[in-house]
Amino acid sequence: MAKVKRSYTKTPMKEQAPEVRCHNFEEVALGYSLEEGQLEASRCLQCKNAPCIENCPVMIDIPGFIKAIEEGDMPRAYEVLGRYTNLPAICGRVCPQEKQCEMVCRLGRSKKFEPVAIGKLERLVADWALDQPIEYKEVVGDKGKVAIIGSGPSGLTAAGDLAKLGYEVIVYEALHAPGGVLTYGIPEFRLPKKVVNNEIERIKAQGVTIETNVVVGKTITMDEILEEFDACYLSVGAGAPNFQGIKGTSLKGVYSSSEYLTRINLMHGYQFPKYDTPVQESKNVVVIGGGNVAMDAARSAKRLGAENVSIVYRRSLAELPAREEEYHHSVEEGINYHWLTNPIEYVGDEEGRLVAVKCIQMELGEPDDSGRRRPVAIPGSEFIIEADTAIEAIGQGANKVLLDTFPELALNKWGYIDASEETCATSIPGVYAGGDIVTGAATVILAMGAGKIAANEIDNYVQNKKLQEQPV
Amino acid sequence: MFKVVKRKELAPIEFEILVEAPRIANKAKPGQFVILRIDEFGERIPLTVVDVDPEAGLVRLIFQVIGKSTAQLSKVMEGESLADVVGPLGKPTEIENFGTVMLVGGGVGIAALFPIVKGLKEAGNRVITILGAKTKDLLILRDECQEFSDELILMTDDGSIGQKGLVTQAMEEVFAREDIHTAWAIGPSIMMKFCTITAQKHDVPIYVSLNPIMIDGTGMCGGCRVTVADSIKFACVDGPEFLGEEVDWDEFISRMQQYRPEEMQANEIYEKQVSQNG
Repeated sequence: MAKVKRSYTKTPMKEQAPEVRCHNFEEVALGYSLEEGQLEASRCLQCKNAPCIENCPVMIDIPGFIKAIEEGDMPRAYEVLGRYTNLPAICGRVCPQEKQCEMVCRLGRSKKFEPVAIGKLERLVADWALDQPIEYKEVVGDKGKVAIIGSGPSGLTAAGDLAKLGYEVIVYEALHAPGGVLTYGIPEFRLPKKVVNNEIERIKAQGVTIETNVVVGKTITMDEILEEFDACYLSVGAGAPNFQGIKGTSLKGVYSSSEYLTRINLMHGYQFPKYDTPVQESKNVVVIGGGNVAMDAARSAKRLGAENVSIVYRRSLAELPAREEEYHHSVEEGINYHWLTNPIEYVGDEEGRLVAVKCIQMELGEPDDSGRRRPVAIPGSEFIIEADTAIEAIGQGANKVLLDTFPELALNKWGYIDASEETCATSIPGVYAGGDIVTGAATVILAMGAGKIAANEIDNYVQNKKLQEQPV
Repeated sequence: MFKVVKRKELAPIEFEILVEAPRIANKAKPGQFVILRIDEFGERIPLTVVDVDPEAGLVRLIFQVIGKSTAQLSKVMEGESLADVVGPLGKPTEIENFGTVMLVGGGVGIAALFPIVKGLKEAGNRVITILGAKTKDLLILRDECQEFSDELILMTDDGSIGQKGLVTQAMEEVFAREDIHTAWAIGPSIMMKFCTITAQKHDVPIYVSLNPIMIDGTGMCGGCRVTVADSIKFACVDGPEFLGEEVDWDEFISRMQQYRPEEMQANEIYEKQVSQNG
């Protein structure tokens, strides 16, 4: 093959046109063909001591799998990825690569070049693998028995790794479907549920058992878990919605983003009445917040037919925590932004239905503890946005259902589990914790990184315990 | 999958099912509920656990047909299965020996009241139970409530059994002659509101069991939020029992109506399907 001149920019990925996609829930980004992938792979410099590896929370051998793509050897590319990640089709789609692997790509550090599209290449390999038949493995599980509480990305990663290490693994999930935020939170148009299900099937094929409809703390207790299992991993996420608590929060039409997205994603509300769970029909929607969840809620509302969808964010574009790509997609789809704006009241009619959101203009003051300039309200700048639906996407906290029934477990001052970042160990021997229930709402890949650490630490713990228990 | 091992029509449009769910049967306490989903297209609906048989692994549920999902549930036959049943959810009723207690149940709410009647009797209370319904046929669980009550008063709108009138009248009559320590009321929201007003007049604390719209039932969405003592509570994890006088009733009743048009639409489509396909 003649050497092609290295392109300055990433190989573009085909997308559904904005005017088409804002009326459907199908995936926006359509993925690379093998040829496109090979072209993009050829841009990789194949660095020794590659910085991209260091900046990936699960330390994937990125040049390794990219080399295999370039050579057209997809089985090898998948084999390399599989050594490090249990959920590549998901990470390739939802990781903030611009803040992780791609941020430090040496090619991208040179002025003229964009970094290698590592995430898109990971997705290409994972999607190839999803089309291959699943090989079910007979599990021995003789190394011990581990319970995983919560089937989100952190729990699934730990489960997959522990099964590979030879453990009998049972995952307990409170909802009727596994996946956590991958299933109820991130919409179909960013992360198709058939991709999530397929990836979960692959983890089950390694010998992991997933039991749905089990609320640990209620259906079974932590005491029972500790008695039955050699160790357990708590990965229950941060799924309790915060409400700002401003006047009118209880009006009909005011939602938490968790409720809005759960109705749509988990319950298929966008396919009502084929599915039984309805979602409110809206004309004017106001979403409060600036993270990925706010983008997801706003773009979902648009797809459900809302005419005007606005995002109200108390800081400015420079501070927006959402992924750049999602922000651009939202703008293309016609989402409006009110920067430096905060809602102060929900206004209702005599039937208790939301009719408007009263907002106030903000300006940026002195930097706060996080180093970001703090928004301060400008007196007298109140204004009204007409709205029949308001969705608060202002973050989530720790769900107390499990924690309340397990008071022995030490928590930190924010109510999250006090666990070591290096080992995921909690105050109780044999009980490990990671993901959002330790860090507060973060990213899928960080949760996966914690799951990987926990799996190794649990392995060490259980094997040491067994050694000590052996009669001398 | 959760097998329905027994199904019985208790009253016109009121049904009882026994569902195989050993873990829930082992753990459920009075005041708790389950969430079930009939099939893969189904919605998640909350139903109170009426009784359990831990040895047989059975959970007893009672429901009234009020819309699409409950109509469909009434057609799940013995031997068939439900896709999902999760629980027990919510906080159990605080059962202890209070002395004399008053329990008021209305309509299908009697099903949710019964486990509390039973629990309080077993804890040694003197139990006075008032049950109300439109007609005699709808006064379910009469014999069972009788078994665990020191006194049972029946009220019907048409006087077909017991006295003709509302449960609040019976409450007044009991308050006039008894020293009541604590009361409970479970039934339609408007009934619970007026029971609260009645109990407040006599300075008796009254607990109510709220039944707002729920989705997950585990505290992760806030769809079931209610204002209690001026702060936001999630009925699925903080309740479903609250002190009646602290509940913002008008707001609660208003939020219950949120999906009325969609509920009617779903029911119409379902009825059409049933009439076409049987």
